[in-house]
Parts: sequence; C-alpha cells; structure tokens
Amino acid sequence: MDQLSNTVERSGASARVEHLDRVIIRFAGDSGDGMQLTGDRFTSASALFGNDLATLPDFPAEIRAPAGTLAGVSAFQVHISDHDITTPGDAPNVLVAMNPAALQNELGRLEAGGTVIVNEDAFDERNLAKAGYAANPLTDGSLEGYKVYEVPMTSLTQRSVESLGVKPRDAERSKNFFALGLVSWMYTRPVDDTIAWIEQRFSAKPQVAAANLAAFKAGHAFGETAELFDHPYEVDPAPLPAGTYTNINGNTALAWGLIAASQLSDLPLFLGSYPITPASDILHELSKHKRFGVRTLQAEDEIAGIGAAIGAAYGGHLAVTTTSGPGMALKAEAMGLAVSLELPLLVIDIQRGGPSTGLPTKTEAADLLMAFYGRHGESPLPILASHSPSSCFFVAIEAARIAIKYRTPVILLSDGYLANGTEPWRLPDVADLPDISTTFATAPNHTNDKGEEVFWPYLRDDDTLARAWALPGTPGLMHRIGGLEKEDGSGNVSYDSANHERMVQLRAEKVARIADDIPEAVVEGDVDGAELLVVGWGSTWGSIDAGANRVRARGHKIARVHLTHLNPFPRNLGDLLRRYPKLLVPEMNLGQLSRLLRAEYLVDARSVTKVRGVPFTASELEQAILDTLGGLR
Amino acid sequence: MTSPDTLLPIPTTTRRDWSSDQEVRWCPGCGDYSILAAVQMLMPDLEVRREDTVFVSGIGCAARFPYYMNTYGMHSIHGRAPAIATGLAMARPDLHVWVVSGDGDSLSIGGNHLIHAMRRNINLTILMFNNQIYGLTKGQYSPTSELGKVTKSTPFGSLDHPFNPLSLAIGAEASFVARTHDMDRGHMLEVFRRAHEHKGAAFVEVFQNCNVFNDGAFEGVTAKQVREEMLIPLRHGEPIRFGADARHGVMLDSQAGARVVDVAEVGEDALLVHDESRVDPSVAFLLSRLARGPSEPTPIGVFRAVERLEYGSEVNTQIAAEVDSRGPGDLAELLRSGATWDVR
Repeated sequence: MDQLSNTVERSGASARVEHLDRVIIRFAGDSGDGMQLTGDRFTSASALFGNDLATLPDFPAEIRAPAGTLAGVSAFQVHISDHDITTPGDAPNVLVAMNPAALQNELGRLEAGGTVIVNEDAFDERNLAKAGYAANPLTDGSLEGYKVYEVPMTSLTQRSVESLGVKPRDAERSKNFFALGLVSWMYTRPVDDTIAWIEQRFSAKPQVAAANLAAFKAGHAFGETAELFDHPYEVDPAPLPAGTYTNINGNTALAWGLIAASQLSDLPLFLGSYPITPASDILHELSKHKRFGVRTLQAEDEIAGIGAAIGAAYGGHLAVTTTSGPGMALKAEAMGLAVSLELPLLVIDIQRGGPSTGLPTKTEAADLLMAFYGRHGESPLPILASHSPSSCFFVAIEAARIAIKYRTPVILLSDGYLANGTEPWRLPDVADLPDISTTFATAPNHTNDKGEEVFWPYLRDDDTLARAWALPGTPGLMHRIGGLEKEDGSGNVSYDSANHERMVQLRAEKVARIADDIPEAVVEGDVDGAELLVVGWGSTWGSIDAGANRVRARGHKIARVHLTHLNPFPRNLGDLLRRYPKLLVPEMNLGQLSRLLRAEYLVDARSVTKVRGVPFTASELEQAILDTLGGLR
Repeated sequence: MTSPDTLLPIPTTTRRDWSSDQEVRWCPGCGDYSILAAVQMLMPDLEVRREDTVFVSGIGCAARFPYYMNTYGMHSIHGRAPAIATGLAMARPDLHVWVVSGDGDSLSIGGNHLIHAMRRNINLTILMFNNQIYGLTKGQYSPTSELGKVTKSTPFGSLDHPFNPLSLAIGAEASFVARTHDMDRGHMLEVFRRAHEHKGAAFVEVFQNCNVFNDGAFEGVTAKQVREEMLIPLRHGEPIRFGADARHGVMLDSQAGARVVDVAEVGEDALLVHDESRVDPSVAFLLSRLARGPSEPTPIGVFRAVERLEYGSEVNTQIAAEVDSRGPGDLAELLRSGATWDVR
C-alpha cells in the first residue's frame, strides 16, 4: 500500500501528527465482541469529520458461534480518505484483532508490513488452541515484518471500570469500546459524537453506558500516554461537493427510496415480507415509518409476502416484497401471476451467496439470470440493479416509476455488500425528485357489441401498452382478473391459441418498449479511443472504477459503462459495445451478464468472475484489465 | 379509495345484478351451482355495494367462483388466495373481501396461508368447498378424503389420514368457524350472512358434492330423507337437539368428550347448551370431532363466533396513532434523521 508515500509529517506542540491520504482499518473479533458496532462508530465519526469512506461488514452466518473459534470471527473493514473513493479498500493497513482467531483469520488480508493491534489478554493457551495456533504468534516471531502493538485491552478495560462497581464479566464486554477509543486516538477522530452516542444508546442501562464510556476514554488515553505508539495519524476531510451529507447503507437507502416513491406516486406503501438475511433490515426500517402510512406485513412465508403484496397492489397500493435468493425461488410462481395480472409490484432481491442456503451473510450477484428467466412461460419483467449504497434510494424510485407506469412487476437487484456497506450520501433536494403518479380508470373505456358502455381491464395505452387499472371501490368498473390467459382487451378468460400468442407478444413488447423511456447508457473514463470497455452492473461499480483508474494511471485508455437498467437494456448499449475493441465484464457470478450480452448483441464479452463472498478488490480488476489488454499485443 | 357515493344509500339490487356475464362452466349437477346461487341471492340483502366487494380465489373448481360474480375479483394461484386477500384487506379495510377455495387449495397447497389468516384474524370471509376430492385434476384423493379411499392416485386405497377442517380452524385460533352444506339454501344463506357480518377471519366449511369424481360423499348426512336424523343444527343459547321430535341430543360426558344421547334417557337438562361465544375453544373443538365422517350425526351451523382484535383495523389504528402523535411523515426530515454534516 502506498499510504506512506504521500504523507507529510508535521510536528505539533504536544505530539507529532502524521498525515495520510487514506487508511483502511479492519476490526476483527468474536461475534460477541461487538466488532460491527465498533466499526460502525468509527465510520460515523469519520463521516461526520468529513472523510469520504466506504465500508465492508463481513460477519458469519452464526449469531454466536462458540467463543474464540475461527467460525465465530466477525470483521468490519472501513476505508477512509481525504479524496473520492468507491471501495472499502483492498488490503487493510491496520488490523485490530481482539483474539487469536481474529488474527488467524484476518492476518492474510493485511498489507505487507501493516499494523496489527491485538488484545494481548486474549492470547492465552485456550484461545490459541481454539484458533489453531501451536505457538503464540506474539512471541514466536511469526509476526515479524508487521508493526505489532500488544495491548492488554481486557484488563485495562476492567481496571477502567473498577470504580463503577461493574462486575468483571460485564466489564469485559466493554473492551470493544476500549479498542474504539484507542483507534480513535490513533486516527485523531473527534470523540464528542461517539460519547454522545454511547450515552444515548445505552441510556436505559446507565451502568453499561458508564462502563462503555469509561472504556472508550481509557482506550483514548492509553494511546495518548502509553509510549507504545509513536504518534497519531490524521486523514483530512475529502473535498466533497457542497451539501448536507449522511452516512447511509444500501438497505436503509432502499427503504427510504420506497417511502419516497410512495410519496412521489401518491400511493400508500405496502410491504409483504418474510425475514431473510440480508434483506430483513428493509422490513425493520419500513416498519418504523407508520407516520408515512406504511403498512408492513411480516408474512408467514415468502410466498405470502409476495401474495399479500399482489393483493395490496390490486387495491391500489405501491406494493413491495423484499427477499434474498432463496425467497426469490419461492416467489417465482407469484411473480408469474403478477406478470399475467399486469399490476405494479416491486420485487427486491438482496442477493447473497447461493445456491440454496449458500453463504447467507456473504455477498454475491448470481441471481441475474434467475431474475430474467426464473419463471415458467414467457414472463418478461423489467430488472434494475443498484450500484452503491446510496444509489439504492434512486433505483427504488425508478423501479417504482416503471412498475406504476407500465403496470408490471419489476425486480430490483441489490446485494449483501450494498445492503450493509455504507458511504457518505449527499442528500437530494426532495423537490428535485420525479413525479411518478398515475391515474386510475374511473369510467367505462369500451362499447361492447350490444352498444353498452363497459370496462375492459386489458385495453392498453397505445404508447406504453400499459393496461387500464381500475381499483376496487370504483363504481361500474367491476371486473375479474386472474392467472388464466386473458382475451386481449376484455380480459375475459380465453383459451384461443392465436389470442395467447398475441398476449405473450404484447407482454414482451410492453417491457421492451420501456427502453425508450430510460436513460441511455453513459460511458465514463476514456470515452474516445479506449482500448477496452469494462461493462458492469450492481455492486462491482466501485471496484471497477478503482481498478480501471489504476490501469489508466499506467497510461492505458479504458472506458467504463455501468448498467442500472438490465431489462430492457438501454437503447444505445449495442452501439456502445461495438465501439470498443475489447469488452470485459466483471461479475460476482460465473458470467451471467456477459452471457446475456453475447446472446443479445453477438459481441465478444469476456468475463472475469469472483464468487468468494466478498467484492472484487481494485487490484484484482486492475490485473484482469491488464490481462485482457495483454491479449491485444 | 372508497366509492365517491359512499354516503349515498346503497342501491337496491337483485340476484341478477350480482351475476356476471360469464358463462358458468362447472359440470352439470355440481354442488358449486347451488353455493353460487346462495351467495348471489344473499348479496342484495347484505347492504354492501358490488364495487366494494371482492372475491379472491386460488386454483381448483371452486376457484372459478369470482368469474361469476359481478364484483371485483381475482382468480389467483394455487393455495395463495388467503395471502393475497390478506394484503388486499390490510390495504383496503373499506372492502368486503371473500375467499373462495376448495379442500385441496385450502388444506394442502395453501394450508399455511389459511391457518395464518385465521390466527391473524384479518377481516376475510373464507368459504371452503369441501368435496373430499381433487376435481379439476380429475380425481385424486384430497387432504379431507377418508382413509382407504380408492382414487386414481391411490389404487390400493389412501393411506393419508385426513384433516378435520373445523378442528384445524379451531386449532388455528379462528374466531369464527361454521359448517353448512350445498343441499340447504336456507342454511347456507344464514351461515354465509353470519360469516360476512363477523369482524375478523370467518371460516366456513361447505359440504359440496362433486357428482363426477366423488358423488354422494355427504349423502349419508345431507340427503333430504336422512337429514333430520343425521344433521345436528347448532343454535346459540339452545340445548343441542336433533332428530325426529328432537329426540336426540348432545351432552358432555365425564370423560371430557361429547356424545350423542337420547334425550329421553338423560333428560333435557343434561344436554349441552350451545354457546358459540365461549372464549375457550375446547367445547367447539369437541363438537367439531363429534362425527368421525359424514356417516355419523354431524353438527352444522356456527360452532364458534368470538370477538378478537381484527388485524387490518389494528394496523390502521397504529398508523393513525403515530400520525396523531407525531404528525404525518416528512420526506426531507426522514433523510436527515440520521447524523448529518454539511460540506460547504
């Protein structure tokens, strides 16, 4: 890592502070050690300080695997910088390891010569054995080459809370705040916000609040006074565009986007959902916002989640179901029904490692072909994907716009990395958000053979091919819809073969025409004369950006295009793909988009793939691009 | 989205106004015809508007029902009608939502949705046509078919122990549980009306004859000539009696069971007085198990009708309380609800 090459050392009256342009810190410990909370607090302090940042929570599926074991290691990586960044970083510069298992698991990720801060107290024989260490790595010389700081965090924490009358066992639980205090000192983070947060978060348990606070302060003071550490570091605020910012993760952004879509469409929001990792937080978030008229149903199963949403959609609500891969499989039949009913519906898939239960807490993006084809019969529906945590907000609104305007279910793909990862988000002006309201049928729209004015639910708009939508409660427009094939126009049940073919084609054409109503794909980087176009979708955006820029820094011309709309593809995509001599498609699957691009456009879309439950690193994509370019020579 | 003319009197309608223009396509002689007729006859008396009424169904013969009602309706997918209707009833408490289903749709593929709709007590009127057979797929045994039944899929006789639909409903905490049959229009009208008027999930089992694949399944209790001796009408507040001259009755015995007795033998005071509003479901459960099948005297009518919080209105109460105490949501405020900072 080049963090030290750009540093400027400066001396202060009290202590020397060294400037870094960025730093990547990885907090790792037992699942019960509170590492996610620690990372989250460090992130918040950095966000409020004004750094650009990106985070990668990385935790096991087990809630509490046996303490001290490798299976129980939970980690949180945060990348803070004084400039614009798009990824949580490749190799951490600093590893905070709360026990031997964390060190064993995570050391391999650390940059060569990186900094290791360990909780020395946890390195006893029992924990060492659980982590698979035959000898203590702190003493056997195996950490040579790293900067190792051994800090007795447990005992220092216990001592710091002694006067509060806290039991030693409870005191031990505050050691993550000791670590947070220490790292906060090391990187000169402002502490007021964290102190206020501790007081507020634990206000119901004053003794816990006091213990955590004491531990935090003790950690901070330890950094300052122990002669272990040479000097603290500083990462300046990043020059971000002016505005009000908040630090946001993808699931919260998505939930807020749905609320925004409800307001912008003037339709009440309905969520039918069954808890599943990593989508549950959307249900949690939306269930809080009753003031916005949000109705959430924690359904009996995944099918009921989408079923209830279909019912609510029929009743005129902006209906949503949220899930992850296994739930998508269960919802497939109901999605087909929604295609047939031609009702607006958002199906949100926070992808995770599969197949089956797979890697529930790890990220993957292997549901794309399932989104395209995972229903029986010809049942096309629009598909969108978010590319960063904050983009989830806007993609939710766009998905709702398409669903409402075209009376169609829409699949929105996010993933575990976007769901839990955070970034600073410049808040939009609510007045700038689009109007996505619609109109409902209120009067008959057809004269039948007998000269009677009637309502035909499957009469379509000439341009959009969207069908007429009459809500129950509307006098005179009573009608029945269902999953049986319908007669074009009247919507009556029809087994006529020619009608079926017409309806299949109409439904496909309706989705295809959406291409005229979405933004064209935009090439970034070296638009003209690039040797290679990187085509991406979903959460690979940040890694592609960072990887491509590294290759450009080596003097190559690289273009990038990132797709939000996946079905239909943007109108100009074929032309773009043919404009560049080489195409590279990085994906967190085994090459699903590249397969679609090849089929659709007959182009040589090369694939670079990764299914390891973590995002691509910038260096992996740098190498992949270089390898692909190498083929040119 | 209530009708703009909600405040106007509900127009007078006739059975014809509630019939759609679609040709009814059940087999000639199917029990579904009489159930449809009963519902269409009942609707004009219920003081509801056609546009505020929705029939939701799943898959199966019974599931064609919505097509024949001149109301809003959805013919959905197998087993999912209670889930879809739950969403609709939650979203639109102003509507009267009916679910029409069969024994396969409700108790096999859709069993989970049915029990949870009843547990949740969402405002639905659920009619389950029980014909103890799969009709639309042409004659396989169903989850209510009797043991030993020979069908296309059980040539050596069924080994599947059947569900007792009413025991299941009572076990699933249903607040309204009733049974009627397709041979008695008057009884259907009364039970359907009660189900409609119930606030919460109302479950009605309708004995329905499938004259093609399971003809006469309920004849042993519903045929005109045996009805008096084989059906036990449940009437709230009255001792349970049946048979010619009301000579039979039902009493609870000392072994915590319910049994059929001769009134002359035990005396009228020994009979069980039917109380559909009893909060404890034990007695209703005993009554649901009085007959082991439609060859023994079988209770019909309302087994259980208790008041319990209705899910949909509770959801709306929570929303209203939040809006009342904190005001309607403000999007700009929501976006700033976390920690924020300004970059100039």
